[in-house]
Amino acid sequence: MAGGLTYTALDSTSLSTAEIYGQALVELGEAHPEVVALTADLAKSTKIGEFQKKFPDRFFNVGIAEQNMFGVAAGMARAGLVPFLSTFSQFASFRSADQLHTDLCYQNVNAKVIATHSGTSFGQAGSTHHAICDFALVRSIPNLTVICPADGLETYNAVMAAYETPGPFYIRINRGFDRVLYKTPDYGFQIGKAVTVHEGTDITIIATGSCVFQAWEAAEFLDKNDGLKVRVLDMHTIKPIDKEAIIKAVMDTRRIITVEDHNVIGGLGSAVAEVMAEAGKGCAFKKLGHQDKFAPIGLHEDIMNAVGIDSNGIINAVRETMKMDFEEDDNWDDEV
Amino acid sequence: MPLSKQEWLALEKKAYELRLLTLDTTKWAGSAHIGGGMSALDVMTVLYHKYMNIDVKNPQWEDRDRFILSKGHVGVAYAPVLCDLGFNDKELLKTFNLSNSTMGIHLDSNKVVGVDASTGSLGHGMSIAVGTALAAKVRGKDYKTYVLLGDGECDEGSNWEAAMSAAHYKTTNMISFVDRNKCMIDGRTEDVMRLEPFADKWTAFGFVTKVIDGNNIKEICDAIDEALANETDSPYMIVLDTKKGEGIDYMEDNYVWHYGALDDTKYQQAKESLERHYQKRIARVEKEAE
Repeated sequence: MAGGLTYTALDSTSLSTAEIYGQALVELGEAHPEVVALTADLAKSTKIGEFQKKFPDRFFNVGIAEQNMFGVAAGMARAGLVPFLSTFSQFASFRSADQLHTDLCYQNVNAKVIATHSGTSFGQAGSTHHAICDFALVRSIPNLTVICPADGLETYNAVMAAYETPGPFYIRINRGFDRVLYKTPDYGFQIGKAVTVHEGTDITIIATGSCVFQAWEAAEFLDKNDGLKVRVLDMHTIKPIDKEAIIKAVMDTRRIITVEDHNVIGGLGSAVAEVMAEAGKGCAFKKLGHQDKFAPIGLHEDIMNAVGIDSNGIINAVRETMKMDFEEDDNWDDEV
Repeated sequence: MPLSKQEWLALEKKAYELRLLTLDTTKWAGSAHIGGGMSALDVMTVLYHKYMNIDVKNPQWEDRDRFILSKGHVGVAYAPVLCDLGFNDKELLKTFNLSNSTMGIHLDSNKVVGVDASTGSLGHGMSIAVGTALAAKVRGKDYKTYVLLGDGECDEGSNWEAAMSAAHYKTTNMISFVDRNKCMIDGRTEDVMRLEPFADKWTAFGFVTKVIDGNNIKEICDAIDEALANETDSPYMIVLDTKKGEGIDYMEDNYVWHYGALDDTKYQQAKESLERHYQKRIARVEKEAE
């Protein structure tokens, strides 16, 4: 891992997720002269102002022109720089989709997209600024690694791991503060490996991004109040997805709920369903997320509550899923 | 440095050979974007055979000059340039567009040696060129970046985002060209989507703009010499007034030949036309060379 932490876990409670990204970028900038930062008039919003101050010659604000930003980054990467592109998720995916697809991913360049204000974290801005379809688009692009960290420290880990790993990355983070899930950064973050944040044998909740904390909170509640042992997986890497952890969850718990601040079509839930279907291992299964509807306007926590992806919604879904029937047959061989 | 007669003749000969090789490649492929390939061949010949600092033995040399073919659909003319230089085996041209070939219509920078960017989706090349030029500044390199756009391509808004950024960042280490052959798939550029006043648009976006005969090797060299001597803060745009299908009489200035197939008769006619075209050009050199 490059650099080393310049702040402690404690600081992550006083910094927003994007601010932690901004710090990580400065660290990378100090250690590696080839790291450059690009934005499209969102330096302040994406919190990369510190990088701009420290490395003005390596900072490029291309104005409100995302497509150009992606092309410029591809040219820089092919000429030996490591560009970090910061803009809102909706624009980092849909607005510049062709450039992301062709310039970054087809050419397989070493460029890192930090997609902020993801999901409904910029809730009051409405659906023009929500990104609830981006997973569906970006996870279908070859060569692209897709990560959705659960909190600030995981964002730090993801950014550092992205620097260390050649190739294009799409890292999807929230606006504002995330509930703190990880108290220290040394919990074994690895690209493509889910983190078990709560052990359990009755049911597994596979969550990503801001929903991981909510799932953890739900698991704690259900343990105390319902006596349920809920496994919670932080599926921070959407692609390549941790197939092993998914299949193990199917085998161990036979009940799975996925939770994401994204449409239930094409995102984490779909990715998990694909793995299960290909493995031939069925189980009781529910996808929580935006139910193919544009989200209402409001604070992030209110939208999460309305859509049923906060701890309350997850608790209800767990209770419902526990009532669902599944095959009580331990012989899986005949189902392969 | 002014173009000597000997150099001019050599470039005409190379352009003629590359036109023949492009014609052959089209025949081997069955069909290709031959019209826009022929209009673009003079500038590609001049760049690769007079100006660009490249090393065939070290294609990824980090100090090399770069060429971004933003009008990526004319790979049928670009691949012959790269194969003729020795970046790739010339035999590969016989597989152009065929199944399992490394060379499709739009050349893949990860498969075809010497290609500096994978283009094809229009409106991408100039942004990539700006990035390449800015990287030279960040890394303290002296290389130049050349980019060639199509004129129909300039309908894409992303070009104008790129143009703004080139002027804003003063990428004078980058020289841009547009192959203004005035034709696109569905018709004449001015009928499909008006571009004029085209040169004024580039000037308004902050470029020093030159309009030249883009199928005149001497004019191309003079314009590049001027652009390389640029002491202003503005990047150069050289609008190449060209003919689609340049050199093949039945294709010239005819938008229908954006993409086409050649039977034996058409191939033979094209070959004879290219020979006459070359002779005319030689005669022009004899008359005009200093």
